[in-house]
Amino acid sequence: MFLKRFFALLSARNKEFLRDKSSTSWNIIMPILIVAGFAVTFTSDFSDQYKVGVFSETDSGHTQNTNVSTFLKTKHIEFVEIADIEKAVVKIQRHQLDMLIDTGQQQYWINDESPNGYLVEKILNAHGESGLQKQSVTGKEIRYVDWVIPGILAMNMMFSALFGVGYVIVRYRKNGMLKRLKATPVTALEYLSVQIVSRLLLIMAITIFVFYGTNFFIGYAMHGSHLNLFLVFALGAVSMISLSLIVAARITSEETAGGLLNLISWPMMFLSGVWFSLEGTNPIVQNVAEFFPLTHVTAAARSIMIDGAGLLENTYHISILLIQSTLFLLIGAWAFRWE
Amino acid sequence: MSAPLLEVRNLIKHYPKVKAVNGVSINLYPGTCFGLLGPNGAGKTTTVEILEGIHTATSGEVLYKGEPVATNFKNEAGIMFQSTALQDFITVRETLMMFAQLYPHNTDIDKLIRRCNLTEYLDQDNRQLSGGQRQRLLLAIALVNDPDIIFLDEPTTGLDPQARRNFWDLIDSIKAEGKTILLTTHYMDEAYTLCDEIAIMDHGKIIAHGTPEELLAAHFNDVILQMPATDIPNVENLPFAVQIKKGLIEISTSDVNKTIEELIASNISLAHLQIRSRNLDDLFIELTGKALRA
Repeated sequence: MFLKRFFALLSARNKEFLRDKSSTSWNIIMPILIVAGFAVTFTSDFSDQYKVGVFSETDSGHTQNTNVSTFLKTKHIEFVEIADIEKAVVKIQRHQLDMLIDTGQQQYWINDESPNGYLVEKILNAHGESGLQKQSVTGKEIRYVDWVIPGILAMNMMFSALFGVGYVIVRYRKNGMLKRLKATPVTALEYLSVQIVSRLLLIMAITIFVFYGTNFFIGYAMHGSHLNLFLVFALGAVSMISLSLIVAARITSEETAGGLLNLISWPMMFLSGVWFSLEGTNPIVQNVAEFFPLTHVTAAARSIMIDGAGLLENTYHISILLIQSTLFLLIGAWAFRWE
Repeated sequence: MSAPLLEVRNLIKHYPKVKAVNGVSINLYPGTCFGLLGPNGAGKTTTVEILEGIHTATSGEVLYKGEPVATNFKNEAGIMFQSTALQDFITVRETLMMFAQLYPHNTDIDKLIRRCNLTEYLDQDNRQLSGGQRQRLLLAIALVNDPDIIFLDEPTTGLDPQARRNFWDLIDSIKAEGKTILLTTHYMDEAYTLCDEIAIMDHGKIIAHGTPEELLAAHFNDVILQMPATDIPNVENLPFAVQIKKGLIEISTSDVNKTIEELIASNISLAHLQIRSRNLDDLFIELTGKALRA
């Protein structure tokens, strides 16, 4: 009976979503528009700032090198303190940094394939030879759109999960639909399972469609396994759907639910490393971000796409997502009320 | 009389600031329609929803077929709530099939569709149904599992007179199949027409209980004479007490002939005189001092 009831409710819920053309099209069009917008905006050549990493841990007095000191005061170049030189070299390979200077070891790295690197090197040596030893690396550019796409897909999943499940359950509770189901043999577990599976299927279908659809035109950096990427997305979706079940567990007002969902989604959207790296941000922000499922989905997906990482390399993020999914689901199911 | 299908003993439901149900005891016998009447806030919906398993009672006992209500009760009960939203973007047929799949045992769906006159609307989106069509679909949902007991909570509220009459015919046909019905309603004519037994609730208690005829006979031995107030310019000169309601003068009397003679003796025109029996509305006002829809 469980499966019979489960599939009856699942089928009805899916039909409801798919036939709601405005909702379905918005769920597909919105992420495509965001991705297209970022692709157009951040692949244009009007970036007017260079980014130079400065590693000064073993500094033995770079200030004595007047050419370097002058260079470090150059306007319109952003100088970023570097803590891990190995990671920074990888960023040079990906064109995420235009130059890396190790003031202690008196050497610098540039990417020979990077036009910006070439220009920054010219600026460095504008006042005569810098005296730093040049280290050349090569590597294909990781564009901002490559970097941001995992986060955008994850963010779209977040909105779909939170509002597509949480808001809908509250609406059903308010209009008496849940009460009607309570009068049938359907259990809360069956009902919540349907909500999770239905939304998970829809989220994954849309995410895969948007990923391959936009990839066809933009061509993302994808160094990892597609299967691993979608497994991480699926786990992230479950986690965020479960989070929405907590929000929707007892609320009877759509306004309250909407406010609460916005309260959760907006900080996640800005503080989960979707738009900018959390490196170098306030430690409080970084600690808060650790609690957001979106942080871990984005980080894991990004490492799969850009670094070619596997699931093992993402054990930390996957474990957090598993723990969060289980915890949220238990709390959501325990707190759930039909009315 | 056979054993009750549903026995309710001293049912109590207390909320922090209100005693919604305060010691209700009723029996529902197989194949009968039991009417639970009362004004808004009387506690009838709370009572019914406890019986349906939607709410739990603070105390008291509900026995179904002689046993405490168990989980399989939902398989044998059909429920039509006062107000229920239906899933959007789903057709009438799909809605019925979905609810049918939630139960281990179903009635003949095609027969149910014909009985509830839904054939024409089967492929129509739930959002496009009229009030009457929607109520018939909700009744069909309540019957989809071929229930032994059916709870109908104000099923005809908001329907036009013709739709109400059609709905009554439907309920009559369900009763004719031997199903047991618990009906709550604001409409006295509905209760009088459909119910074999009624209970009137107020402030969470049953204040009267019996067949409609028994209750009326127990409380009234008079009839009401009605005529427009404009036909009696000097009411104060009449030799009996009268009540004026909405432009009508009402005279209660147990001796119609004598009262009419007195009206004629007072030179009052009887052209617009109407005589009516006491009804359940009168009974309710008599018992509670307020109109039923207050």
